[in-house]
Amino acid sequence: METTAMGHAEVHDHGHGPTGLKRWLTTTNHKDIGSMYLWFSFAMFIVGGIMALLIRAELFEPGLQFLDPERYNQIVTLHGLIMVFGAIMPAFVGFANWMIPMQIGASDMAFGRLNNWSFWLLIPASLLLVTSLFVPGGAAGVGWTLYPPLSIQMGMGMDLAIFSVHILGISSILGSINIITTILNLRAPGMTMMKMPMFAWTWLITAFLIIAVMPVFAGAVTMLLTDRHFGTSFFSAAGGGDPVLFQHVFWFFGHPEVYIVILPGFGIISQVISAFSRKPLFGYASMVYATASIAVLSFFVWGHHMFTSGMPVTGQLFYMYATMLIAIPTGVKVFNWIATMWRGTLTFETPMLFALGFIFLFTMGGFSGLVLAMTAVDVQMHNTYYVVAHFHYTMVAGALFSAFAAVYYWLPKWTGHMYNEKLGKVHFWLTMAFFNMTFFVQHFLGLAGMPRRIPDYALQFADFNRISSIGAFGLGISQLLFLYIVVSCIKGGPKAAAKPWDGAEGLEWDVPSPAPYHTWEIQPQVK
Amino acid sequence: MTQPASYYYVPSPSYWPLVGALALLLLAAGAVLWVNGYSSGPLTVSAGFAVLIFMMAGWFRTVIRESEGGLYNKRVDTSFRWAMSWFIFSEVMFFAAFFGALFYARVLSIPDLASVDSQLLWPNFSAVWPNAGPGYKGTFSVMEAMGIPAINTLLLLSSGATLTWAHWGLMKGNRTHLALGLVLTIALGVIFISLQASEYSHAYSEMNLKLTTGIYGTTFFMLTGFHGLHVTIGVTMLTVMLFRVLAGHFKPDHHFAFEAVAWYWHFVDVVWLMLYVVVYWL
Ligand code: HEM
Ligand SMILES: [Cu+2]
Repeated sequence: METTAMGHAEVHDHGHGPTGLKRWLTTTNHKDIGSMYLWFSFAMFIVGGIMALLIRAELFEPGLQFLDPERYNQIVTLHGLIMVFGAIMPAFVGFANWMIPMQIGASDMAFGRLNNWSFWLLIPASLLLVTSLFVPGGAAGVGWTLYPPLSIQMGMGMDLAIFSVHILGISSILGSINIITTILNLRAPGMTMMKMPMFAWTWLITAFLIIAVMPVFAGAVTMLLTDRHFGTSFFSAAGGGDPVLFQHVFWFFGHPEVYIVILPGFGIISQVISAFSRKPLFGYASMVYATASIAVLSFFVWGHHMFTSGMPVTGQLFYMYATMLIAIPTGVKVFNWIATMWRGTLTFETPMLFALGFIFLFTMGGFSGLVLAMTAVDVQMHNTYYVVAHFHYTMVAGALFSAFAAVYYWLPKWTGHMYNEKLGKVHFWLTMAFFNMTFFVQHFLGLAGMPRRIPDYALQFADFNRISSIGAFGLGISQLLFLYIVVSCIKGGPKAAAKPWDGAEGLEWDVPSPAPYHTWEIQPQVK
Repeated sequence: MTQPASYYYVPSPSYWPLVGALALLLLAAGAVLWVNGYSSGPLTVSAGFAVLIFMMAGWFRTVIRESEGGLYNKRVDTSFRWAMSWFIFSEVMFFAAFFGALFYARVLSIPDLASVDSQLLWPNFSAVWPNAGPGYKGTFSVMEAMGIPAINTLLLLSSGATLTWAHWGLMKGNRTHLALGLVLTIALGVIFISLQASEYSHAYSEMNLKLTTGIYGTTFFMLTGFHGLHVTIGVTMLTVMLFRVLAGHFKPDHHFAFEAVAWYWHFVDVVWLMLYVVVYWL
């Protein structure tokens, strides 16, 4: 992309503004806030990861080891909530903060103070969630889906989860309003919508989804709260309500939510594949339309989570076919990624490795999703480990892998140093191997009938569970290597050029590395 | 504009977001304590409210000062417009969840509870609306659409008109006209809230219609209650606008705060119309 004003022309980096702790507490700078989001996300990834390891340790062999069933379910619930709302979503908001203003040639986000509030709200929300483990009765032990009637009967840990969800909702809605406004209103002259990098596009659509469904989730948990404490009857059959109503409201939020956690990843992968294939993205416009159609369709498929909750056959057929329809735009995306690589000049630096791992594994997660979309099959598979395998292929090998790709891709821009490429590759291969060791075998467990959210299992599942648990510990420990790579890249390393990847495109590569505190204070002219 | 075309105001560092996060922590923790019967709950919630109000006052004071100081150009103005539109959209979706619950109860759960499948469990239960469910033992009266609700509809519709009339005054630079329009709108809003309060107390004392009166009471009070809360917020914002008008703020070509509140008020109005149709009338 040609620009008339070079980024470094207007650099004035003479650190005005507060320093030390005050800088972070009061900042309105998108890069500061982006960094805080990313570190918060990593911290939550560790917390949620420790919980995952507790789960896997308990499942290492049959019988009850050291978690009683209530505790086990509390850990499972918090693990799910923390990974989705504490690790994955904030990671993508962190990338959005750092990169979207730079990519579209804006000086900052549209609302700097609001931006900081969105971040700081995550702290009370996560405090509420984590402290709920230590209150009388313990945390919510209902699974991250919070289904009544169990969630009506839980102790005060459930209330903590409810209010935590409220605050998380406020945070992500405000963050999304900020991102949408930035993209719609602050683009540089000449940066038309159809010239925007895919990451900005996918975030625009994600932000729309967040604003549309987070309030619905807030409504759902509000209904839980009033049913619990104020005698309403939303989910009580005796009062004319229905627990299944919660499932409808929840999944009306929940299915778009799974696209909220993957669409920004699609954007990242599109840019990384194109950079390391040294070719423009194949079918840019169709990528945009495919993303938009996925978002629209995601509002009409929530029933696929409820095939066994009791549903008329017409409903089952509708949700089955609607769900399968999503495979079409998703297929378009996978096709375009592969077509981008076709006859490209490929190299396999770490971001590219994670992008390829993403395509391979996310597609598998998509296929197991198609399997689950078939009503007749899902009735067998619902609530088994097959489902657990499915959504970890999309959330870990999808969302998390794309986040790793993004970190490696943009680290040179953020820190001004190159990370250790050799160690990056080791990190990728360890993650890839242990991920599959952990989750591939769970398909077999599920097919054989092992239920999820149960701390004990029948003897015939022992071998696969042992493999899975060993894989999980390997996967967890491998992430310490990631931390090491990132920290040492911040501390030093070979100097990174303004554009360290020769195939990369976009305005972010026109500013120096590390990116100065303020970029594009005079907007570039995009041709 | 004297600034370059691409100039965009970026606020300087601020403690308000941190204070806001603290406010919500206190509110949430306090609410959890309160609903679980801890005596520290109400106190913590009050503290949270105090911090929240402190934060909003301080934050908005900063914004107003920046705006009146001429720091916001057209582009900043456009940002505010986008943001307010999306915020209202999020509110629409919040209400949609509760309208959805009402729809579900009337079209699905009540008929299901009266179907043959449920006859063994709930014999003699028939699917009529309003309904408090098969487990409800008492009797209650139904909220009529005529009377207070109809008057309230007229009140809110007129308040939309008076607000638009106030806006005309602002555009023409006629401040008295503007202030009068705002006062009228606020008055109509306050009367609306008082009438709704008397409707609630009538429901509780005379009609035996309560939040706990099965799914009918649930949906009635939750929908009208959340709407009433929004009217209250709207009236508060209108009052702030009135004070700003009296302080000489707003120009015919620079008054988005006023317009944002007007958008919000009209949104609350539209929600009421839908409520009136599906909660009171049908
Ligand atoms: C080291 C990586 C991880 C391991 C070993 C792991 C393991 C597990 C296990 C064993 C369960 C419980 C399954 C059950 O019994 O139902 C689970 C549930 C879950 N995990 Fe993970 N997980 C990991 C990472 C993640 C990540 C990164 C995410 C999100 C992006 C995630 C999202 C979830 C969700 C949503 C659930 C469902 C929770 C529930 O049943 O309510 N996990 N995970
Ligand atoms: Cu789904």
